[in-house]
Amino acid sequence: MSNGNIVLHVADVHKRFGGLHALADIDLAVEEGKTHAIIGPNGAGKSTLLNVIIGKLAPTSGQVIFDGTILTGRKPFQINQLGIARVFQTPEIFADLSVLHNVMIPALARRDGMFKLNMLRTLESETAIRAEAEHMLEDVGMIARKDMMAGSLSRGDKRRMELAMCLIQHPRLLLLDEPTAGMSRHDTNTTIELLKKIKSRGMTKVIIEHDMHVVFSLADKISVLAQGRIIADGTPDQVRGNPKVQEAYLGGAH
Amino acid sequence: MNANLMSRNDLVLLLGFSLVVLTMPIWLAPLGAGYPDLLQRFMIYGIFAVGFNILFGLTGYLSFGHAAFFGVGSYTAVWSLKLLTLDAIPAMVLAVIISGIFALIIGFLCLRRSGIYFSILTLAFAQMSYNLAYSVLTPITNGETGLQLTLSDPRVIDAAVGHSFVGQPIPTLFGTPIGGYAGFYFCAAFLIIAFFVAQRIAGSPFGMMLKAIKSNQTRMQFTGFNTRPYALSAFVISGMYAGLAGALLAVTDPLAGAERMQWTASGEVVLMTILGGVGTLVGPVIGAWIIKYFENILSALNDNILARFFDVLPDGVDSFLVKVIGKFVGDGWHLTLGLVFVIIVIFLPGGIMEGVRRIAAAFRNRGSTPRTSNQTQAAE
Repeated sequence: MSNGNIVLHVADVHKRFGGLHALADIDLAVEEGKTHAIIGPNGAGKSTLLNVIIGKLAPTSGQVIFDGTILTGRKPFQINQLGIARVFQTPEIFADLSVLHNVMIPALARRDGMFKLNMLRTLESETAIRAEAEHMLEDVGMIARKDMMAGSLSRGDKRRMELAMCLIQHPRLLLLDEPTAGMSRHDTNTTIELLKKIKSRGMTKVIIEHDMHVVFSLADKISVLAQGRIIADGTPDQVRGNPKVQEAYLGGAH
Repeated sequence: MNANLMSRNDLVLLLGFSLVVLTMPIWLAPLGAGYPDLLQRFMIYGIFAVGFNILFGLTGYLSFGHAAFFGVGSYTAVWSLKLLTLDAIPAMVLAVIISGIFALIIGFLCLRRSGIYFSILTLAFAQMSYNLAYSVLTPITNGETGLQLTLSDPRVIDAAVGHSFVGQPIPTLFGTPIGGYAGFYFCAAFLIIAFFVAQRIAGSPFGMMLKAIKSNQTRMQFTGFNTRPYALSAFVISGMYAGLAGALLAVTDPLAGAERMQWTASGEVVLMTILGGVGTLVGPVIGAWIIKYFENILSALNDNILARFFDVLPDGVDSFLVKVIGKFVGDGWHLTLGLVFVIIVIFLPGGIMEGVRRIAAAFRNRGSTPRTSNQTQAAE
């Protein structure tokens, strides 16, 4: 089944925190254009794995390779500039800026790179970037709130805005860390709809999720993590039928 | 005006600000502050505070060492007046360049840390600079006596073009001595330019990045920005502002002493910015004016003046008032400043500009229906 182009390859990654073996022997291949979910019980190492991929944590050994480039050892901003964006478990947004500016900033990062001493223009004259940001806010259904301070948004809206901030960069790989954590059923469903909508854009996604409803409605492929190891790997149907997974995880939660 | 240069609101603000500044000799006269010496200081510390706000207010890095750049600007200016020419322009240009280089080095080292560690590093570097200026570098700074102009200074450019002076050397602008009201308007022009540049920075994409760094540095990094060069640029720009202010102080009063680099001077600009309103454009200038006003007006008051003022009151009451208020004026003016500062920070955490905004909002709400959205103007 791995006939697609592998865009993200986690090769033999180990991560130790003192005596704790948080990640062991992780091998993961994510195909281009697919949605790959990583599930597992609390403390299985899901967030650690995501932090290793995005450069927030350095692995004890092993490598993360994105489209032929080794990510290990690079800084978060360099990894982003390669085309990887991330949605956090607790939305990381610019709370003191307007919603529109929140979405314009990542668009400027894509256009201007990691640093530009851009003092001679005014924000008003950035009409192309502004139009693009407004278009993106329309896509996620937040255009009516564009002049609000981001910090005063509801949790669901913060998440949607953060997603817009990532999507406007047209990343090749989008990492989502529990995108529906702490959301109401209604907000969860809107988020699923939104994620399904962007699925058609051919972007590769790695999603960490607790909620089985979310995982089975979105994922093309699922890896199950338990105690720092991948215990199963496959399509949603294969994983659902795997007795090891039932025992470790699905038994109680589903 | 062209949207590429400035938005309409910014232009109105700039014109209003210029008008207020240029008419200061008129409207400050009844308040007892209409004399050129003090007016010049209003301009100079206004520039210092506007620049400091670019680092502290926009970017969110609290420096406790900006007096070092102020002092470097002063020393550079005096040396230019001594060695090159009595004209003020080369002195100011050199001061801005040298303080910018100095800020680049110190900023590069201090910005390896953020938060309180950054603040402590800046404080340490500034105190080192102060001690160097006070003792080790005496040949350059003339130690505790202070660096001043003398008749025997070489002034090579003036000598080359055959300019000669009679009497005490005074800095000039194209041959006209800078003193009194001429000095005030000279400084006022720089304050208006400094304000304009700060407006442009705050309203540019670069300014938005600085605000974003203050708001969420993690998100900035995961959005693909290298935040350190942004913070370093803000540090250098504000260091150059401080150097410009220091140079103006040296040009209007050509004596540079080490005490203007001390930590109390660094702390003063922090107070100015917080008092007026962190992150606003006008606030830091107002803060600077209020502190300099108190410093000059309150410290000049003494018990005799107070006794004359309260003369109309019955005996006993007047001497009691003189005794109490006397503690808060003269040498005790810091007590008043501290009191005002505490009151502002407790009741108006956004400084005086927040008070202005609240009053404006109250008026607006009385006139029309209350607004439900909580929009905030980016910078006023």
